[in-house]
Amino acid sequence: MTTQVLSDTGTLTGRSLRHILRSPDTIITTTVTPIALLLLFVYVLGGAINTGSSESYVNYMLPGILLITIASGIAYTAYRLFLDLQGGIFDRFQSMPIARSSVLWAHVLTSLAANLVSVAVVIGVALLMGFRTGASVGDWLAVAGILVLFTLALTWLAVIAGLSAKTVDGASAFSYPLIFLPFISSAFVPTESMPAPVAWFAENQPVTSIVNSLRALFAQEPVGSDIWVALAWLVGILVVAYAGAIAIYRRKIS
Amino acid sequence: MSTKQMPEPAIRVQGIEKSFTDLSVLQGVDFEVAAGSIFALLGSNGAGKTTLVRILSTLLKADAGSATVHGFDVAAQPAEVRESISLTGQFAAVDGILSGRENLVLIARLRHLENPGAIADDLLERFSLTDAGKRKAATYSGGMMRRLDIAMSLIGDPPVIFLDEPTTGLDPQARIEVWQTIRQLADRGTTVLLTTQYLDEAEQLADRIGILHQGTIIQNGTLSELKRLLPPATVEYVEKQPSLEDVFLALVGDTGNPEEAPETVPTGKES
Repeated sequence: MTTQVLSDTGTLTGRSLRHILRSPDTIITTTVTPIALLLLFVYVLGGAINTGSSESYVNYMLPGILLITIASGIAYTAYRLFLDLQGGIFDRFQSMPIARSSVLWAHVLTSLAANLVSVAVVIGVALLMGFRTGASVGDWLAVAGILVLFTLALTWLAVIAGLSAKTVDGASAFSYPLIFLPFISSAFVPTESMPAPVAWFAENQPVTSIVNSLRALFAQEPVGSDIWVALAWLVGILVVAYAGAIAIYRRKIS
Repeated sequence: MSTKQMPEPAIRVQGIEKSFTDLSVLQGVDFEVAAGSIFALLGSNGAGKTTLVRILSTLLKADAGSATVHGFDVAAQPAEVRESISLTGQFAAVDGILSGRENLVLIARLRHLENPGAIADDLLERFSLTDAGKRKAATYSGGMMRRLDIAMSLIGDPPVIFLDEPTTGLDPQARIEVWQTIRQLADRGTTVLLTTQYLDEAEQLADRIGILHQGTIIQNGTLSELKRLLPPATVEYVEKQPSLEDVFLALVGDTGNPEEAPETVPTGKES
């Protein structure tokens, strides 16, 4: 049974990875906004922003940009899942003797692969713009781990959106607030510069602790308690989103 | 693999009921389909044909009643049912981004068959899609898409095939192609349950026809049995005009057999 889950998931992941390879524009559209923001903030607005640290601004803001990249990338999972549901191929898979969870896992793994490519592209552009880090291999692995968790958590949210959407637009619109969330966090400016209620929200929403952890890892500073708050958020969102997605899926296929 | 000592029907439907919120779609449907035969479920739009097919292919649970497919209960043994069936839904369930061949390989892999590439090539050949095999399925014509769809359903030789409105939206030539495919299936011993809203389709293909109306099967029989329900034919002399379909097919030089378009009898439309 387990081997069947693995082989069916592998087959179906191969299928959706092909979708991405055949339409590389999904990677381009995922990365174009973060790269534009990177350019805008570093070369236009960044000069006027006082982060209170000695880091260059591109170093300061890259973690937030990476989260925005992932938040815009996962919308495609909802979109592709919705198209499968509408086109009837979902029904075909469900009427076949395959491991039922493999249909969702294939989309999730594809999202992971596509988002890691997008993140790598954005980091490449940041390097060209002067992003520098002395992060060790271990630090990079920790950064990758956090980004993978972030992608998985948001992708399962995207699965919920894809399974329950009524229209194509609805399937991808859910990601807009997620893309916006980093702006009300420590991603671009220190939270201390914000009015009290906004600062309170910024300090207590998940993006700030994730951004602070990534920033500390890149700068080789101690991550402090931020990493635990970040992990608690990530695992919490992941578990809730996964449970929600599976519950909706069960209802849909039974 | 199946027990062959008794002539068990390939599909047995008993008292199936299904409603959606306050809309009662199926109100006690009963019928049987003999193994190796073609059964047409005839009904107008919204009669519940698709709902019934979804129940039989384990995509939907019935509220009441029972159904077995290839000897397996659809509610209690869904995994075994899925091993025995293939569903070709109302909309071509084809991945448009993959090529025709890749679609076939995908299904062969999911059915855990050896040599998926060879299976795909064989089916492309059988369905005259070899030349188009490397092209994205999204570029196919409606008829080619349907042929690919049906070819995908044949992978693994399931003993029972469900075809939900297989020719809806197809042009007359493509329709004839699909009809030929379905006849070939039955010749190979596959049990076919097809739904249709076209009377001539049921007449052309089916060994038995069940008329689904207002949630139940109101009549079920062979074509001649159904015809006998009407008053005996009276002889009238009518000048035979070619139907527009005859004209169309003659003009475009179709190869399908130019049978006379059936004099369709309107079914009970009183509501």
